[in-house]
Amino acid sequence: MISSTIGIWNYWIVFLLMMIGLFLVIGRKNFLKKIVGLTIFQTSVFLLYITFGKIKGGTPPILNNAIETVYSNPLPHVLILTAIVVGVATTALGLSLVLRINSEYGSIEEDEISAQDLVDYHDQIETSKKIDTKFIQ
Amino acid sequence: MTDIVIKNLPILVVLCPLMMSLIVVLIPNIFLSWLLTFASTFVAFIFSILLYQEVQIHSTISYALGNWAPPLGIEYVIDKVSIFPIIIITLIGFLTTIFSSKMMPDEINETSISKVYSLWLLAIAGLIGLVTTGDAFNLFVFLEISSLASVALVAMGAQKDKQALVAAYNYLIIGAVGATLYVIGVGLLYGITGTLNMADLSERVVDLKNNKALIAGFGFMIVGIMVKAAVFPMHIWLPRAYAYAPSAVSVLLAATATKASLYILARILFSVFDIGDNLIINTLSYIILPLSIIAMFAGTIMAVYEKDIKRLLAHSSVAQIGYITLAFAIGTKASVAAGFIHMFNHALIKGALFMAITSISFYIQKRVTLSNLSGLGRAMPITFFCFVICSLSLAGLPLTAGFISKLYLIKASISADGLWIAILILFSSALSVIYLWKMIEALWLQQPRKEIIIKENPTIYISLLIITFLNIYFGLDASFVVDSSTEAAEKLVGVSK
Repeated sequence: MISSTIGIWNYWIVFLLMMIGLFLVIGRKNFLKKIVGLTIFQTSVFLLYITFGKIKGGTPPILNNAIETVYSNPLPHVLILTAIVVGVATTALGLSLVLRINSEYGSIEEDEISAQDLVDYHDQIETSKKIDTKFIQ
Repeated sequence: MTDIVIKNLPILVVLCPLMMSLIVVLIPNIFLSWLLTFASTFVAFIFSILLYQEVQIHSTISYALGNWAPPLGIEYVIDKVSIFPIIIITLIGFLTTIFSSKMMPDEINETSISKVYSLWLLAIAGLIGLVTTGDAFNLFVFLEISSLASVALVAMGAQKDKQALVAAYNYLIIGAVGATLYVIGVGLLYGITGTLNMADLSERVVDLKNNKALIAGFGFMIVGIMVKAAVFPMHIWLPRAYAYAPSAVSVLLAATATKASLYILARILFSVFDIGDNLIINTLSYIILPLSIIAMFAGTIMAVYEKDIKRLLAHSSVAQIGYITLAFAIGTKASVAAGFIHMFNHALIKGALFMAITSISFYIQKRVTLSNLSGLGRAMPITFFCFVICSLSLAGLPLTAGFISKLYLIKASISADGLWIAILILFSSALSVIYLWKMIEALWLQQPRKEIIIKENPTIYISLLIITFLNIYFGLDASFVVDSSTEAAEKLVGVSK
């Protein structure tokens, strides 16, 4: 029982990284830290795929003529290559958005930004009401 | 020549906008970049019509990408189910491109317009690809193409209102978590079945009933897609993203983005997994059904209390997505067909409503809130006329498209012994009249706050008129929508029931 639990330790690492990443995304109020969390979360998935592809004693999937060679599955690696590219694009877009948010709001803390937004939102509603009453007189 | 085109249609319909997006980004001229965008969306629409005809003849078209035979290679499948969302996406994409010609220069500075059109085409290509592909991992790639492009498009709204940036950021983070959850699910399924092809997957999962990895993988996939489809309570990103995006982008996203994800949801629930399976029955009746009913009411009530009109319509979208998932959750052939009918009609209705509201904000050069709508109906009769027709359609009045979808939805739920569901649907539609009436009252019955003379621009209202006409047409003669969604439902759930 114990040996089988320890034997799948890379799944435990995947699980740990996944939870750390997800916690950062949900729990942190800082926009930059959320992106860090997202990247860790995505990395855990990469590790999960690589773990699927590995066979104990398996060689790299290169064709040779020796009999009874066990190959590791190359497909998960290729899939992860694609997923890494997508992940990089996501991170890049996220970081550029954080930059723009910082220059517009002067902050990347969720609380401060939503406080500013709320004021703006009520201002919009209120000003349009004021104009309204002025013209009806 | 035409033979080659017909043979390669499944990939051409994706490639046409995808490749054009690479060309458009290089073109500095505003009009030329719009023209190329318009041409490629129009061609994509023609291709989807041709595909529809092909599907009528062959029923299922399987296209092996790069000539690698299906279970191993990537397969593109067009059948009676997937042709339906393709037509929705290309039709709306084409109409909103016409609409965008005046809107874009108004909201986005000249230097970035061609880049915006490039993203616009990428988003459309991603959505079409999402629907056509038959490969679970390829689906993830298209999911990310479309959502990254949509995030960038939403962020372009920052030139008018800085809140667009936060909206885009939230959309990005929540969307990326959703997509990653989907990838985990695909990975788990690949780990136990050894295949990524959806058709192949559906054959192999049959032997793996009660396998824990299968159940976990299924759960991850469904949750990931539900985030993308904005099913309650994963809809948090939607109202803001739709409200602060540039006008034309709001129309495009509101009408198409969630529809593609909803189609994927249906596909995973009914086509990859079997509806007769306990896993699916439990998921439908204990998770999706209650969530949809809450979505119907939560979305409508949020909309009733909302003052900002674009946000109001976005909240109402959450409720309408609730109707569609509710139809899927009932799980009979008739109800799934009703879900597809509502998917089509909602794309028309919400597209038109967003068009009407954003063209009002174009004329008054302000965010549209309930109080600054007052009396504008008289100043812009055409826009107002279309707005009223489509509001009635959303509420489900007879002679409009919305009536057909509500009718079939209620008929399906009654025939599945769900009289209480039918009553809840009627009740929530009645609630939606409250917020629609608030808008119409402000537009028509309230006194205008000053004499506003607005000259309505034909390039803006032409697509609004077309889409309103379609709303009435599909309310009078619904045979196209009803027939093709019944066929789609038959293909999805007909085999096991």
